[in-house]
Amino acid sequence: MAATDADLAPDQFEDLVDAVTGGPVEFDGLVVQYEDDGYVFEVPDLHREHLSVEELERVAAANAEWVTNWHFWNVVVGGEGTARRAFLRWLEAADEHSVRARYGAMADGGIHHEWGELLVTVELGEVGYRRYELRHVDDSDADPAELTADAEPRDLRDRSKYDDRGRYRPLKTAPSLVDGWVLPDLTSGELKEALGFVYPATVENWHREHEGTLDVTHWRETAERQTGIYDVVDELPREAVEWVTEAACVDSQCLKRREWQYDEGDHLDTPAGDGAFPCREPCSLVVAAARKWTKLEEEDEHTYEFDLTPSEKAQLEEIIDAVADGRTDEIREADVYEGANRYRARYLRAKRFDEDGNLCGVPTEE
Amino acid sequence: MQALVIVAHGSHLNPESSAPTYAHADTIRESGAFDEVREAFWKEEPSFRDALRTVESEEVFVVPLFISEGYFTEEVIPRELRLDDWEAGLWDSDGTSASQATLHADDVDKTIHYCGPVGTHDAMSDVIVKRAETVTGDPDVGEGFGLAVVGHGTERNENSAKAIEYHADRIRSMGRFDEVQALYMDEEPEVDDVTDYFESEDVVVVPLFVADGYHTQEDIPEDMGLTDDYREGWETPAEVDGHRIWYAGAVGTEEFMADVILERAAEAGADVSAALERVREATGGVPASGD
Repeated sequence: MAATDADLAPDQFEDLVDAVTGGPVEFDGLVVQYEDDGYVFEVPDLHREHLSVEELERVAAANAEWVTNWHFWNVVVGGEGTARRAFLRWLEAADEHSVRARYGAMADGGIHHEWGELLVTVELGEVGYRRYELRHVDDSDADPAELTADAEPRDLRDRSKYDDRGRYRPLKTAPSLVDGWVLPDLTSGELKEALGFVYPATVENWHREHEGTLDVTHWRETAERQTGIYDVVDELPREAVEWVTEAACVDSQCLKRREWQYDEGDHLDTPAGDGAFPCREPCSLVVAAARKWTKLEEEDEHTYEFDLTPSEKAQLEEIIDAVADGRTDEIREADVYEGANRYRARYLRAKRFDEDGNLCGVPTEE
Repeated sequence: MQALVIVAHGSHLNPESSAPTYAHADTIRESGAFDEVREAFWKEEPSFRDALRTVESEEVFVVPLFISEGYFTEEVIPRELRLDDWEAGLWDSDGTSASQATLHADDVDKTIHYCGPVGTHDAMSDVIVKRAETVTGDPDVGEGFGLAVVGHGTERNENSAKAIEYHADRIRSMGRFDEVQALYMDEEPEVDDVTDYFESEDVVVVPLFVADGYHTQEDIPEDMGLTDDYREGWETPAEVDGHRIWYAGAVGTEEFMADVILERAAEAGADVSAALERVREATGGVPASGD
């Protein structure tokens, strides 16, 4: 372990002595307390007692990682019971591994976790302070020198507003976060702020889920709560809610794991997804889209008669698939073997649309 | 610990909608007035539903970045924040006088001071005047100028027009501008006919909107005849029917709005006095009228 990692700053020791004055300190394997005849200092494999304050300081310095670990969690992080603290503890698996094992891992390349499309790395800084790094998961092996270094969470907030084609991202948990950047040196507070900007409330709801207190609101309750222009969404048929979730809530569209169902005890068939953080109720984007679908589902079906070749029918299906999967940009200019190729689509339009844009000249029934 | 949560509309389509909210939140964050400052949106994230759980403070000041009292401030926001004991009567407002109500949010077990919207705060009159100064580049603008305060207006919510009228009246009573007129997009008197309502050659037009978007950057400029096509932009000032129209962007983008947000929280009991001074320095603001 590097020399700096073993250091204990004077103020950290003073904080420890102050804390012990108020009662025994017991944390992650460290025990320090005052008894009538001196201080007691204990870590795994070491027990010292009858210590003067000078002796305590020497023992503390010799076992600095235990003391700096206590200092980091109780003076720097604090927030007992908060989502922030639970998340930071989870990042370094603090409840599963010893201080020594964690310090070793943090000093040796850091501990990594994925959070949506973010890769979070926790490393050991000086005197037990943690340094957090954020980058896109696709950049996990990138040389930091090749990434644009952002200074603060706000930079990432601005970046995450648009996708790599410059289009606005209305859904923060859409899997379209741009890559190529790094926030190399964040404090625990800045890390939490950055996550709050990129994936708002995900840490808090993840924490509630871990604590067994996640308050899931299912489709029916959400729909019935709506007023104003969204008042109609509770009229959307149940089977259409399946299609809504298939359209908007699967992993390819949103990184949250859907925990809400049609109703309590009435589950939807659409896969919930594999996301690290839960989705506790239909979001505003789903509700707004559902309003449109509610109106569309009010229409009666009509029987239309079209004359298409088998390839033309298949081509229509390919076009819908390509749009639904967001693949239109990937289809090469001259790849006329793809049904959703632009020339193929233009040919079909030229052949099958009349001057009013009606397929095969069949008017759309009102 | 005390937290500020700024709640705003946001948009699924317009990336600029949330920009003023973030900008004012950043200003207030830097002032250090609150232990925590968060933004929450009807159409973006965090949603109103999840907003209160993103702060650790037990005391939370919620300030709506909305122009008027009405459907959103009285119905949608309290419902979505789960302020179960809320009722509009708690504000004891005549439509423009809401200050705050203290409530409890059960899902997060916090005390919530639910403030009136920024748009009806007295200091907004100063922001509108400030906007006129900014767009004309003249800190003393007034003499020889008319001022139009433009609102959305809607027959569904009479408070929407009340807020516009309220500030128009207040600015008129300052005696600073030769003429002051409230105009609307969706009701009479309409902003389309802006030049009919002023004798002054120079008219400053300030839209009382939170963010720049479709209405302020497309609709209103075209309706007033500043341009035939918003995409081609317009001159400032622009000549229309023998008048020079100085069209300001949405009032909500004015830096001094951060001060109004702080004023709202301060009236609800937040301890922000030191920060108010710092924000005023940073935004070049002036103390609210009546201070």
